[in-house]
Amino acid sequence: MRKQVSSLVIRRLLIALITLVIVSFAVFFATALLPGDTATILLGQSATPEAIEGLRNAMHLNDPAILRFLRWIGGLFRGDFGTSYANNVPIADLIRGRFANTMKLAGLTAAVSVPLALTLGITAAIWRGTLYDRFVTVATIGIISVPEFMIATLAVLLFAVYLRWLPALSLTNEIKSFHDLLRVYAMPVVTLTFGVSAQMIRMTRAAVVETLNTPYVEMALLKGASRSRLVLKHALPNALGPIVNSVALSLSYLLGGVIIVETIFNYPGIAKLMVDAVSTRDLPLIQTCAMIFCVGYLFLITAADIIAVLSNPRLR
Amino acid sequence: MSHKTTNWSSSDDAMVESAIRSGASRRDLLKLMLASGVALTAASAIVGRASEAVAATPVKGGALKAAGWSSSTADTLDPAKASLSTDYVRCCSFYNRLTFLDKAGVPQMELAESIETSDAQSWTIKLKKGVTFHNGKDLTADDVIFSLKRHQDKATGSKVATIAAQMTGFRAVDKNTLEVTLASPNADLPTILSMHHFMIVADGTTDFSSGNGTGAFKCKQFEPGVRSIGVRNPNYFKESSNVDSFEFFAIQDENARINALLSGDIHLAAAINPRSVRLFEGVNGFTLSTTTSGTYTDLNIRMDMAPGNNRDFVEGMKYLVNRQQIVKSALRGFGVVGNDQPVSPANFFHNAALKPKQFDPEKAKFHFQKAGVLGQSIEVITSDAANSAIDMAMIVQATAAQIGLKLDVKRVPTDGYWNNYWLKAPIHFGNINPRPTPDILFSLLYKSDAPWNESRYSSEKFDKMLIEARGALDQAKRREIYNDMQIMVSEEAGTIIPAYISNVDAITDKLKGLEPNPLGGMMGYAFAEYIWLTA
Repeated sequence: MRKQVSSLVIRRLLIALITLVIVSFAVFFATALLPGDTATILLGQSATPEAIEGLRNAMHLNDPAILRFLRWIGGLFRGDFGTSYANNVPIADLIRGRFANTMKLAGLTAAVSVPLALTLGITAAIWRGTLYDRFVTVATIGIISVPEFMIATLAVLLFAVYLRWLPALSLTNEIKSFHDLLRVYAMPVVTLTFGVSAQMIRMTRAAVVETLNTPYVEMALLKGASRSRLVLKHALPNALGPIVNSVALSLSYLLGGVIIVETIFNYPGIAKLMVDAVSTRDLPLIQTCAMIFCVGYLFLITAADIIAVLSNPRLR
Repeated sequence: MSHKTTNWSSSDDAMVESAIRSGASRRDLLKLMLASGVALTAASAIVGRASEAVAATPVKGGALKAAGWSSSTADTLDPAKASLSTDYVRCCSFYNRLTFLDKAGVPQMELAESIETSDAQSWTIKLKKGVTFHNGKDLTADDVIFSLKRHQDKATGSKVATIAAQMTGFRAVDKNTLEVTLASPNADLPTILSMHHFMIVADGTTDFSSGNGTGAFKCKQFEPGVRSIGVRNPNYFKESSNVDSFEFFAIQDENARINALLSGDIHLAAAINPRSVRLFEGVNGFTLSTTTSGTYTDLNIRMDMAPGNNRDFVEGMKYLVNRQQIVKSALRGFGVVGNDQPVSPANFFHNAALKPKQFDPEKAKFHFQKAGVLGQSIEVITSDAANSAIDMAMIVQATAAQIGLKLDVKRVPTDGYWNNYWLKAPIHFGNINPRPTPDILFSLLYKSDAPWNESRYSSEKFDKMLIEARGALDQAKRREIYNDMQIMVSEEAGTIIPAYISNVDAITDKLKGLEPNPLGGMMGYAFAEYIWLTA
């Protein structure tokens, strides 16, 4: 049995690695298809053919695409992310601060949304069919349906413009105390929590409800197990696979998909960095951002799969 | 704004304020308003309010925070590469130029003590003494030569490489004096040197991220695409800045920018779309600062291909464009009607006697009939890339339909517009930023071999006049030639410039001392060292 588990896990990790390579190729060639290159974008309207040619040569943009790609991949193996085309700053420097910001926002949102979603999902499953369950269901569906930019804009209008309780922008350099931290992160975290927890609540509720309907739970009930024991000991471990998967999917969204929240609160995260990079055709930066998203996504999904495998009694 | 007048919008407030700044007396203003039907009591309240904003004494202290509209990882503190307003604002706060333009568009000395010439070809520049860089190094002629010369190096990627190419000889006479020789006479050199790209950096600088200049603020933090923070430079050679520190960043989303201003997070939100101006109506504590500096969006008809190669088609289009309506509807009143030539009223050499063509659909129809284009479908390319171009295209299309001309307006994406459509399509929109001199505008846009000759205008006479005016040191004679050239462009070229677009910056009432400047919004981007904050 143990051998089967480890071969499953190893196969899962290998697939992740292959996906990574394919993604890096896909991103590279997709970017190469965009009209214009860094030299034309940087020079903008003032571009004359000679100026573009001069800058292209200076930036080695005339080298064949495959050569530039290999150079970048080679650097990556040596831990060198390369240098940004747009402003000649090492990419590691550009990404470091932004990545930390994204992780902070994602971490705080996860810390709020995951316990909240699990609690609501599980309790709704336990008291299925009650007024409480209906309320949670209607509320989550309502929140799923309202787009993020709407929640964020309304929050800003209410709390920043009219009530003036919170700042309209999330300026991370102004955090000097715990109080500041709360003020700065309150609105973005709440907005994102609305977006990501609805999905998790629905999935958790569905998974727990399904296991509660199985014969072995009924057996436990007949044996006289208490309600909390029934849910926590018997139903939940078996529902863990789908729950962890939905949590992983929701959290992966927090890495690269929060461009709207970053834009509205002017939060310097990594999603906006990538959009900037696309508009300046800054290939090494686009590649690096894409790889970070991909690694993050694969990490979460693979972790969820492995947890599901390990928690599956039939494989244990 | 507590005094509320019926039908009186903040665009009118801004108009009155700019009239006061340009020297209109109280009596002039009251006349102006009575003529447009505002009751006398209301009118005096408006004038009192606007004068209040202009006159006040500076106070020291405070941390200024302002937000522009564009920023990316391509943000740079290298003045040669500066391309967005964000870069200009930062460069203005950390560096200085040899000269700058005052609000009348006349060059004044900044780092230079004097700039002299006898033939407009070899120039002697004397520098102010006792100017130091932030790292303590003295400013010398070598720094200036390095700063000017680097624009000619292709690897620099300078935005003004073509303009800098005319500076052919540099010689340091002594520590504070240098000579610059031009390829051919150009009397505009002092004005050219006031462009933001000609900021003076220290000799030998290759890494610009520390912003080591002579400017009013020392760079404390600079993160491309995020923010910059400057602190007051105590050794500044001019009067030191009023504010203690200056933080600048961009909020690309316009709603977010306005909300940040309304919630008190920032003191200035640059470039407010005329559409959003109503958001400030009825809200106390905010003012709009309007600058008409010569930015324009133009409808370009290429005269080297159909249908623009038919003179009557171009002529008809000029009558067809309803300029008043474009200013009123597309620009919401934040603009000045243009007369199809690029030298704006903010420019010293603007020809005020040249009146724009009147909207006349009948005359337009006559010309279109002569050109034989009625009933055909003619493609017009428009895009959000050029400010307000979509609204303008709609207005022109609607009036064209009334006289039976079918304009097929094709809306294309912003991304890649300048490479793929601008200068290329037979009829398309362009967007030109202000340039300080008629010479630069004409050489760039209308000379027969100009790189951005939007309508392929070509006239030997025009080219000759351009060279003649360039080398003339006699101001009156230059004005005369430039007046004639403006008339030629207006009547002969295929570029229709319906309006000069105003830039609107929204500011809190706490921010004082902001004045319009011909180089652009935010006081020609140099506001940080001049303004002050009240409690």
